[in-house]
Amino acid sequence: MNWQWFHRLGSPRWFYEKTGRWLPWLATLTAVLMSVGLIWGLAFAPVDFKQGNSFRIIYIHVPVSFLALAGYYIMAISGAVGYIWKMKLADMVMKSAAPIGAALTFLALVSGAIWGKPTWGTYWVWDARITSMLVLFFLYLGIMALQVSFTNQQQAASASTILALVGCANIPIIYKSVDIWNTLHQPATIKFTSAPSMHPDMFYPLLVMIVAMYCFYALVLILFTRAEIVNRERQTRWVQALNEGQ
Amino acid sequence: MSVGLAQAMGLQFTQDWKLAVRSRSDWANPMIFFVLVITLLPLGIGPEVKQLAAIAPGMIWIVALLATLLSLDAMFRSDWDDGSLEQMLISPHPLPMLVLSKIAVHWLVTGLPLTLLSPLLGLMLSLPEAGYLPLIVSLFIGSACLSFIGAIGAALTVALRQGGLLISLIIMPFYVPVLIFGASAAMRAVQGFEYHGLLVMLGGFLALAVAGAPFAVAAALRISSEG
Repeated sequence: MNWQWFHRLGSPRWFYEKTGRWLPWLATLTAVLMSVGLIWGLAFAPVDFKQGNSFRIIYIHVPVSFLALAGYYIMAISGAVGYIWKMKLADMVMKSAAPIGAALTFLALVSGAIWGKPTWGTYWVWDARITSMLVLFFLYLGIMALQVSFTNQQQAASASTILALVGCANIPIIYKSVDIWNTLHQPATIKFTSAPSMHPDMFYPLLVMIVAMYCFYALVLILFTRAEIVNRERQTRWVQALNEGQ
Repeated sequence: MSVGLAQAMGLQFTQDWKLAVRSRSDWANPMIFFVLVITLLPLGIGPEVKQLAAIAPGMIWIVALLATLLSLDAMFRSDWDDGSLEQMLISPHPLPMLVLSKIAVHWLVTGLPLTLLSPLLGLMLSLPEAGYLPLIVSLFIGSACLSFIGAIGAALTVALRQGGLLISLIIMPFYVPVLIFGASAAMRAVQGFEYHGLLVMLGGFLALAVAGAPFAVAAALRISSEG
């Protein structure tokens, strides 16, 4: 089997040049999808008969929450790739994924709180999903804190990968535990009003927004990684040539 | 001279045990902390028996968790400073097994004393009678989980100067399930519900931690020694 592509993927320079060509396309795709999704969702989707217009924050909240969770696995997997195959690029992707994931988790919490006010009458409840999201936020912060406390970058990447992998094994356990905790304590009667089956007119814009958010995530991850590459490889000739060219 | 794995683990355990017992601050400080914080509690929220009894299981669990967190930094620190950790790393025996004995000693000198102390604190917080047994059993199993999970954090930060607070930051999210099941068991017993299922889950966590954590700890120690 030809593994050349895999090893080439490990070269930061190759990645930098390749993604440089992809970026305009990806950015355009993201912008188009996001505008379509947002305008469709915010202006044309029918009004929810119970929540009125306030339900429209779903078009932000749900895609962001999806990516907040998926981002953790993306981070852990790229960390594992870097740890197992000693691939510098994967380490950089992992380092870049942590703050993005933390920001998305924070956004999910904030948009959920804003949605909670008109729906539940309060910004914060100790609901199972909200609590799990908060724990996920702390997991991200822990990884970032560990990442910055090492001066040796190789060590920082390996250590935070170990932590991220332990987190991977633990996230399902944490989610289930918080679920059980929630049923044990019988909180105030709060029901998620979003019906299990959404009307297609509401659902399609949501789908577009989820795809748009994945593209957005990829875009931001690539941009962060490129910045990281330039920062780490600033001593190399190709980065200096890049600098002089501008 | 070559020793078998069982013998090596035995020697490691004896050495760790002697060192831990002789350094009094290692095992005494978490206990003092435990009692101190529980003493502060009525001073902060008032001495009403009903109120204290309602929060007693949860508070005892949280404070036990914090006391364990504070003790984690010492788990590998002295071995790291005097170089005996490096001897462990280059020894022919599998590192996870040697680590296992270190974690066991940590539990014996922190988790177990905290567990034995907990009935006294339950008394101070006027914990209802039904809560004692589940509190002790849940702390017995749960504090072992805390030692095993916490060892990962201790191993990851052993090469760093400012280990203490960082361990708490990275490890506390992983303590969430243990806290939930441990505190809920005692809480439900007080309320008169069935609680055995929760203790069984806690036992499951311990089995998982014993099987998995030593490998993560070993990997973390190797990374820490790379720098």
